[in-house]
Amino acid sequence: MITIEVNGRPIAAKKGEMLIAALDRAGIKVPTLCYMKDRFPTGACRMCVVEIEGQKGLIPSCAYPVAEGMKVQTHSPRAVNARKTIVELLLADHPDDCLYCVRNGNCDLQKMAEDLGLRRRRYAGEKSVWKMDLSSPAIERDPDKCILCGKCVRTCEEVQGVSAISFAGRGCRTFIGTAFNEGMNISSCVYCGQCIKVCPTGALRERSSIKEVWGALNDPEMTVVVQHAPSVSVTVGDAFGVKPGVDMAGAMTTALRRLGFDYVFDTSFSADLTIMEEASELVQRIKTGGKLPMMTSCSPGWIKYVEQNYPEFMGNLSTCKSPQQMMGAVIKSYFAEKMGLSPKKIFSVSIMPCTAKKFEATRSEMGTRSIPDIDAVLTTREFIRMIRMSGLDLNDLEPDTADTPFGERSTAGKLFGASGGVMEAAVRTAHYLLTGRELKVMALEAVRGMKDRKEAQLEINGMKIGIAVVNGLGGAKPLLDEIRAGRDDLHFIEVMTCPGGCINGGGQPIDMNMDAVKARMAALYQLDAKARLRTSHSNPSIMRIYKEFLGDPLGPVSHRLLHTKYMERKVLN
Amino acid sequence: MSRAMDSILKKYRRAGIDSLIPMLQDVQAEQGYLSKDAVAEIGRHLKVPASKIYGVATFYNQFRFEKLGRYHIQICRGTACHVKGSATLQKVLEQQLGVKAGQTTRDGLFSLEVVACIGACGLAPVISVNGEFHASVKQEEVGKILDVYRRRAESEGGV
Repeated sequence: MITIEVNGRPIAAKKGEMLIAALDRAGIKVPTLCYMKDRFPTGACRMCVVEIEGQKGLIPSCAYPVAEGMKVQTHSPRAVNARKTIVELLLADHPDDCLYCVRNGNCDLQKMAEDLGLRRRRYAGEKSVWKMDLSSPAIERDPDKCILCGKCVRTCEEVQGVSAISFAGRGCRTFIGTAFNEGMNISSCVYCGQCIKVCPTGALRERSSIKEVWGALNDPEMTVVVQHAPSVSVTVGDAFGVKPGVDMAGAMTTALRRLGFDYVFDTSFSADLTIMEEASELVQRIKTGGKLPMMTSCSPGWIKYVEQNYPEFMGNLSTCKSPQQMMGAVIKSYFAEKMGLSPKKIFSVSIMPCTAKKFEATRSEMGTRSIPDIDAVLTTREFIRMIRMSGLDLNDLEPDTADTPFGERSTAGKLFGASGGVMEAAVRTAHYLLTGRELKVMALEAVRGMKDRKEAQLEINGMKIGIAVVNGLGGAKPLLDEIRAGRDDLHFIEVMTCPGGCINGGGQPIDMNMDAVKARMAALYQLDAKARLRTSHSNPSIMRIYKEFLGDPLGPVSHRLLHTKYMERKVLN
Repeated sequence: MSRAMDSILKKYRRAGIDSLIPMLQDVQAEQGYLSKDAVAEIGRHLKVPASKIYGVATFYNQFRFEKLGRYHIQICRGTACHVKGSATLQKVLEQQLGVKAGQTTRDGLFSLEVVACIGACGLAPVISVNGEFHASVKQEEVGKILDVYRRRAESEGGV
């Protein structure tokens, strides 16, 4: 540790760290638009400039290492003036439509204009005009609002390993775009939405389905059902001032009923169903010499990645549909039959932590006879907007429970929300299927936590089973390359596209605070630790749906409704 | 993969990312432009994403992403031509052709390129069509000049 002097007071700093990190720890806030914690600095936005004694010019604190005895002024008139000018210049080439912007009230640029007290347009000039990219079913791009901070590009490349977008052009004609500036729909984008979460403005956003959902809710002919993903209940509270990670499933269910949904289902139930099918598939593959390692199929960004980047591994993907699609399929078959409803008169909505789920729902194989399994996908963010539009506050609502026949879920299904959760849930059931006995210790600590890759060797019935969990798509390529090169000790691999899993999905509230993500993760594990029903195969509702409707896992009805296929995608990548 | 492309990749067999620009230059010299296929091939060869290659290529004026037209028009935007009104001239050309600089008309007849200085300042404002210079071009002459090449294409036949 060394000591530096900031604004006349001494603060401690770690040798070699960047100045901004030391300032942040000491609670001294310098604004920034491009800084990404723990990543190599780019110094692109210049908002974090400070004065350092002995230096002539202003110094970007994100890209300047601390040194013993350094004297820093973070808010000198010169530094503040420079920041003001930067924001004024950015605003001079930014649309004046904050009131209509999806990020109104939640925009870094807007906040900085306010914090710096800008009250007048000092610079007027020609504004850049770009075409919006509305081509994809999941993500919209509005380059007019882009301030070229580069965080989306870096996230796509350095975090996710996809590189669908890059800087292009030069000087004042620089823009961020896909290869050949084509639409996102034909690019190598996997729709994970992590770019949306780092975008400081409204340049990146999900394609909203709020209008369609209101339309269905106001249509007396339609029975509108909704399912909510395991991770939504531990994140939706953030927007209502609830502590990160507190489970709001009860209040959320009440809110959904108040919004007018006729039936409220918990996707964790169909996650249990996924586990029944997926664990059975794993056991079958192991017993009959099927293609191994089997890879999970519930994260749609990962699926698209395999289809376009590693089609040779499509046979390794589990054929199970994701929980969203399984739920959609049983709603329009089993549930429709039970309630005497025509599938055409059911509008099926899902609330997901995910933008790629919007894409998944549009895949042509996800439905039967031109009736899609899912009619509209809302992100957690859109759901929050709908709650606000209705004048509701989650804090004021009495908790309610989800509807039967899909009411009960095990906490194995709930674990799907965190990286490692699908693996843990599947191992519980696979162990039971292979041995007829329950695991003695349910918690599988080896696959928990925020490491990029988590591996373990299990012994079940004397058989060695190798498992690996990839936490974030950026870790997929190295593992797939190892397998391509001949690695053969793995039987089952879980891949979650978003780092941390769905609790940090691209459709979740915008905040990049990893502590909040960890709190959400802890909340899911706590729910599991306290629960009685912790395995999918012992869930009575699951047993009932197999008895009444599906028959056996991997049986003909399951095969028709709950399993899917993949196709190679030719994209420019 | 075309044979030309094949030989370019062979030439850069052990190349790294630092060979990207020379490779792009070779491809453009060979094919007249950078096609999506070519960019994909280079990307696979150098293990660089296509979006990055596009980013690098768009940084430089020299690269184009559309096939050259039968008649390639270069409009000089150097200082002397600028003073003599080449900005307006470019606008008129773009209007009459229905394309922007860097693009090729749908019929494949014309492509338009902006160049910094053609080295013929005495003739400003100047445009060059397949190497034929047109000096002191006035905006009302643009239509006539284009017609000359349209007629030539008709009489020579085949595009």
